Amino acid sequence: MHNIVCIKQVPDSAQIRVHPVTNTIMRQGVPTIINPYDLFALEAALGLRDRFGGEITVLTMGPPSAEESLRKALTYGADRAVLLTDRCFAGSDTLATTYALATAIRKIGKEYGPANLIFTGKQTIDGDTAQVGPGIAKRLGVGQLTYVAKVRSVDVANETIEAERRSEGGVQVLHTRLPCLITMLEATNQIRRGAMADALRAARAKIVKWSAQDAGVEDISKCGLKGSPTVVKRVFAPPARAERAALVESAEQPAQALIDAIFLNQPKLETDLATLARDARSGLSGQC
Amino acid sequence: MSKVSKTAMPAGAGRGAAKKELPEHFKSYKHVWVFVELERGQVHPVSWELMGTGRGLADRLKVNLAAVVVGPEGQHTRNAALEAFCYGADLAYLVSDNVLSDYRNESYTKALTELVNTYKPEILLLGATTLGRDLAGSVATNLSTGLTADCTTLDVDADGSLAATRPTFGGSLLCTIYTLNYRPQMATVRPRVMPMPARVMRDAARIVVHPLGLVEDDIVTKVLSFLPDRDAETSTLAYADVVVAGGLGLGSPENFRLVRELAALLGAEYGCSRPLVQKGWVTSDRQIGQTGKTIRPKLYIAAGISGAIQHRVGVEGADLIVAVNTDKNAPIFDFAHLAIVSDAMQLLPALTAAFRARLLPDSRARIAV
Repeated sequence: MHNIVCIKQVPDSAQIRVHPVTNTIMRQGVPTIINPYDLFALEAALGLRDRFGGEITVLTMGPPSAEESLRKALTYGADRAVLLTDRCFAGSDTLATTYALATAIRKIGKEYGPANLIFTGKQTIDGDTAQVGPGIAKRLGVGQLTYVAKVRSVDVANETIEAERRSEGGVQVLHTRLPCLITMLEATNQIRRGAMADALRAARAKIVKWSAQDAGVEDISKCGLKGSPTVVKRVFAPPARAERAALVESAEQPAQALIDAIFLNQPKLETDLATLARDARSGLSGQC
Repeated sequence: MSKVSKTAMPAGAGRGAAKKELPEHFKSYKHVWVFVELERGQVHPVSWELMGTGRGLADRLKVNLAAVVVGPEGQHTRNAALEAFCYGADLAYLVSDNVLSDYRNESYTKALTELVNTYKPEILLLGATTLGRDLAGSVATNLSTGLTADCTTLDVDADGSLAATRPTFGGSLLCTIYTLNYRPQMATVRPRVMPMPARVMRDAARIVVHPLGLVEDDIVTKVLSFLPDRDAETSTLAYADVVVAGGLGLGSPENFRLVRELAALLGAEYGCSRPLVQKGWVTSDRQIGQTGKTIRPKLYIAAGISGAIQHRVGVEGADLIVAVNTDKNAPIFDFAHLAIVSDAMQLLPALTAAFRARLLPDSRARIAV
C-alpha cells in the first residue's frame, strides 16, 4: 500500500495573543505544531502500514519553515516527506489549497507509485473549515469518507475499504472503492512514540521540496490569492457589549449577592430554576 | 496556508479590497437558498435556524428564499418541503429518489450541484454538521466558488454581497469574508448559532421537482449499516436551558466536580472551555465554543473561563451570562451580563449551597465547605 497523509503546520493556538491596541495577531515567538487533528490521520495510516506493509508519504503546503513539521512526521515513522512551497501559493483559500495539494498528490503518484488512500485530519485548529479534505477528493475525482472513526478493513487486492463514519445521531458503516480520501475523526487513536531509528532517520532525511512548477501546476491563476474566490475584507476583535458586565460586589455573601442579581435580572428564571432543581432532585430529567 | 500575510494585518486593510465587476454569466444568479438537512426522516433543526437567517437576507436583497430538500421518495421528504414554508420559504426545490435514502457524498453532491447549475442561486446556506460540511466542501469545489465555514454573522452589504463573519486564528479574532466574483456565495453555520424562527402555519406555495438522474449502480459507496448513538445525553448540551461551565481558573481537574455539582443541583448541563479538553480534564463532547457546542440557554454560568473569542461565539446567544473570574480584566467581562470577581473554587460551592437554600427551601441546607 502507498498512503499519503496531508498535514498542516499551524501556530499553537493556545499561545496566540492579540495586540490589545492594534488588534493584530502577535506571531512573534508563537511555536508551531503539526495540526493536532492530522496526527489522528497519520496514526491511522501508520496502523494500516503495520497491517499491510507499504509506504507512507506525508505532504504539506506551506512556507519553507514547514519542513520542521514534516521532519516531525518522519520521527513518528512516515517514510517520505514532500514540501510544496512556492510564493505563488501565498494567500490560498481552501479552494486554491485543494488545487495545489491535488496537483502534488498526482505528482507523488507518478513519482512514488499511486496512492491507495489519502488521509487528512478532519479540520485544522487555525482555519477550522474542514473543507480541504472534501475539496482534494473532488479534484482528484476519488470518493471521500469524512469523519472516519475507524477503518474496519481494507481489501488491497480488490481495492475496497470498509469504514465507520461519524454522522448526525450515529455511525454509518460504509463500503467503497480505493483509491479514496479519508478525513480522520479526533480521539480515534493515539499517535505512537516514534522509534529511535526513526528519529535518527528523520534528522538526516532529505525532504522533497517542490515548487508549483515542480509539482506540475499547470494553471498558476488557480493558486494563491488569484485562485481564491473568497476575500478576507476585515479582521477585527469583536466590540465589547455596549454595557459592560454589571459587577456584583459583596465581601460578605458573594454567592447570595450573585443569586439576587441573577433573579433581579431575569425574574422568570427563579420559577424555572426551582422546577429544574426539584426535577433534578427527584431524578427526573428534562428541561423547562 | 494562512489567509493573512506574515506581517500582522491591521483591521480594515484586507486583501483584494478592489472589487471587479461580477462576470456577466453570474449576473443571472438570484435568490437565497437554504439546504434542508434530512437524515432518516428528521429535519435537522439547524435547517430551520438557517431559514430564519435566509429570510432576513432575502428580504434585504428583495429576492426569494428557497428551501432545497433532497431525500428518498415518500412522506418524510415531502413533509420537509411543506414544513419549509412554515419557516419562511417562498418556494422549495425537491429532489426525491430512493437512491437518496442515506446520505452519501456522491449522490447528494450531484443533486445539489445540478440544482445550483440549473436554477442559479446567489447565496447558498448549509448547516455546519457532519453532513453539511461534507456536502458543502464538495459542492463548492465542483462549482469553483467560495465557501465560508462556521459563520457567526451573515449580512448583505450595500452592493448586495454576502458578508460572512467567522472566527479566525483559532478563534482569537473575527474576520469578514466575501466571495466577490463567483456565485453562489456559500456559507455554513453551526447549529444553535442562529435563533430558531417562529413556526407560522402556511400553505405550501411553489414546489419545483427536479430529477436526480442517477441509479444505484452509479454510486460506488454503499451504506452497510447505521449504528445509532446509544448515548443521546451528549446532544442535550446545545439545547439545555441552564448551563454551568468551567475553565482553567479551576486550577486542577479534580476541581471540575464543583462545576458538575452546581449543574446537578440546577438540573443543568455542564460544559467546559477548550483548554480543559486539550488538557484531557473533560471529554470533547462537553466543549463549548467555536469548535465545540454552541449553546443558547436562559442562564449560563462560566466559572474560571477567560472568554476567548472562540468561546464567546459559542455562548453569546445565552439570555443571561454570569461570569466568575479572579481577573477583573478578563475578556469574558466584555460580554457577560453579570460579573463577579472571585475565585471559582471558593465561589462555586457557596453558590451551590445558596441555590439549594433558595430553590429547594424544604431540603435541609447543607453547610458549604
